[in-house]
Amino acid sequence: MVLYLARRLSASALILVGVTIVTFCLTFLIPADPVAMIAGRNSTPEMREQIRIQLGLDKPLVEQYVSYAQRLARGDFGTSYARKSEVGPLIASRLPATLLLMLGAIIAELLIGIPAGLYAASRRGETGDKVAMTLSFLTVSTPQFVLGLSLLYFFAYLLGWFPLSGYGSLSHLILPAVTLGLAGGGWYSRMMRSSMIEILRQDYIRTARAKGMSERRVMLVHALRNAILPVVAMIGLDVGIFMSGVVVVENVFGWPGIGQLMWQAIQSLDIPVIMGVTTVAALFIVAGNLLADLVAPLIDPRIRLR
Amino acid sequence: MPVRVKKMRQDKKQQLLSVEGLSIGFATEEGPIRVVEDISFAVASGETLGLVGESGCGKSVTAQTLMRLLPSPPARIEAGRIVFEGTDLAQAGEARMRKIRGNELAMIFQEPMTSLNPTMTIGAQIGEALLLHRGLGAGQARPKVLEMLTQVGIGRPEKRFAQYPHELSGGLRQRVMIAMALICNPRLLIADEPTTALDVTIQAQILELMKALQRDSGIAILLITHDLGVVEEMCDHVVVMYAGRIAEAAPAATLFARPRHPYTAGLLAASPRNARRGATLTTIPGTVPPPGKRGQGCSFADRCARALERCRRDVPPLMDHDKVGSDRPNLASTIDSNNLARNLREKPVSAFSHPAPGDEHRVACWNPVP
Repeated sequence: MVLYLARRLSASALILVGVTIVTFCLTFLIPADPVAMIAGRNSTPEMREQIRIQLGLDKPLVEQYVSYAQRLARGDFGTSYARKSEVGPLIASRLPATLLLMLGAIIAELLIGIPAGLYAASRRGETGDKVAMTLSFLTVSTPQFVLGLSLLYFFAYLLGWFPLSGYGSLSHLILPAVTLGLAGGGWYSRMMRSSMIEILRQDYIRTARAKGMSERRVMLVHALRNAILPVVAMIGLDVGIFMSGVVVVENVFGWPGIGQLMWQAIQSLDIPVIMGVTTVAALFIVAGNLLADLVAPLIDPRIRLR
Repeated sequence: MPVRVKKMRQDKKQQLLSVEGLSIGFATEEGPIRVVEDISFAVASGETLGLVGESGCGKSVTAQTLMRLLPSPPARIEAGRIVFEGTDLAQAGEARMRKIRGNELAMIFQEPMTSLNPTMTIGAQIGEALLLHRGLGAGQARPKVLEMLTQVGIGRPEKRFAQYPHELSGGLRQRVMIAMALICNPRLLIADEPTTALDVTIQAQILELMKALQRDSGIAILLITHDLGVVEEMCDHVVVMYAGRIAEAAPAATLFARPRHPYTAGLLAASPRNARRGATLTTIPGTVPPPGKRGQGCSFADRCARALERCRRDVPPLMDHDKVGSDRPNLASTIDSNNLARNLREKPVSAFSHPAPGDEHRVACWNPVP
């Protein structure tokens, strides 16, 4: 177990280094000059050269990366070009909102996906199953900005059940969390359905029925725990999927998280912020995957980590 | 013979399970198929009945139908009664069946490796029936489960209680299955090929265990198997099935001593125990016709050396073995099969000296082995 953790953690560190290298290179491949953005339209070449030297952007790419990586290893994300403030505290102040949104989205997708999948599996081939699977197909294939704006229009603007935008209470959270999690819910309902149908064919389900328990108990006690395993394994991966989703959803709902920060940073070519958010996002994706693997043996005792 | 009649009544009273004219069909894409056709047998309290036959003869379908475990559709009971302690299970509703399953009527299965839930502890799985049928809490069930684990010969029950199925060997798992089935003291245990998936030495241990438990508790066992060695070891009575019908039924000793159906005789001859060293093993030529391709007449006729013209035309009814056969050809050929069967049933007991049910030797063959 200790060995397993050590191996997984060192692999995770390698992945993070790789992510920073790729992102660093990408920001320099963009055919736009961050110095021009900072200096403004009326700046002279001399002013731009001065800023370039000041930011260390005149040095070779490899040298720039090495000094960035050295600072990053000490926990220093650098200074934002646009905001003139430290990137580390900036991300830290935005992160709780994003984590809250992701947690809400995970709860939303599980609350949607698992019951819908159970229902469809128990009504296999019947009308209820077909309706549920059609809806899940629709949710999976609806773009998040369309879904978010539609929800805002109906539930916030027309019905007035939820605030239009902002942050701070549960009613602020519900619409963005559903927008972020609905597609995952549709995806999970399909996984849950096929997993349940597979499990309900197993011999131990027949054993459970032979004990004289109700079909409901067979489904919820004996089948669910086995069927839910692939879904749990996916939750860790969701963190990665959500990382791209939050950029859209936070902008639609005015949610003050790192998705919004990222959007603004990209528009102003604020490279230290782009790098910082990407690195933090990668950190969460890696941690999510690791967490999913660590949780699996708690649900299925046959799984051994080695 | 009044004495005889009295004895028979007693036997009737002791019948725990009585299957009468049971037919089971399946709805398939090619239309409905009869899998089990008009079978009748009875299990008395405390005895072991063996239900024997090749794969696909309908024995497992019969067993699962007794528990009403087959999903319907596609499975359907098309005719007959399953009388268990005065209730017709063929007509019983799902709620009634749930009260009986795992409580008065329990079942163990062929595959102990896959028949236990991999995500639940042994203790929780055994205790579950107590929670369902006795209304006990998990804490109250625990001592009973530990006692049951000891009874089925599992050492260190405290440790096993908390273990998961994958931590146990096949033999131990089948013991767990037996403990699970017996925890509510059922009257009848249906054991569907309980030792088929196990090593030979483990097989013997499990059979010994079942016999010992039967001695202690007086439970009746319906043992489904294709292994004649197991039958000889375990059973009081035997029902041999072929292609969905009963070919022959008799007390075990009688059946082994004098098989009348050519199929039974063939099975016994094919058994490796009866082979001489160095000689080629005897086999029955051909294969069992699948359901839906059984045609008219006796399903075994195509594989049978004793087949007559009539065997391919009329299905032989299950008759008392010395009322039909080569020694009485005129009777067999002149009386319509249904009439004959009806006559046999309606004859007054005193005049006919009808033996007690279960003790009779019945065979479904127009030309039985002498």
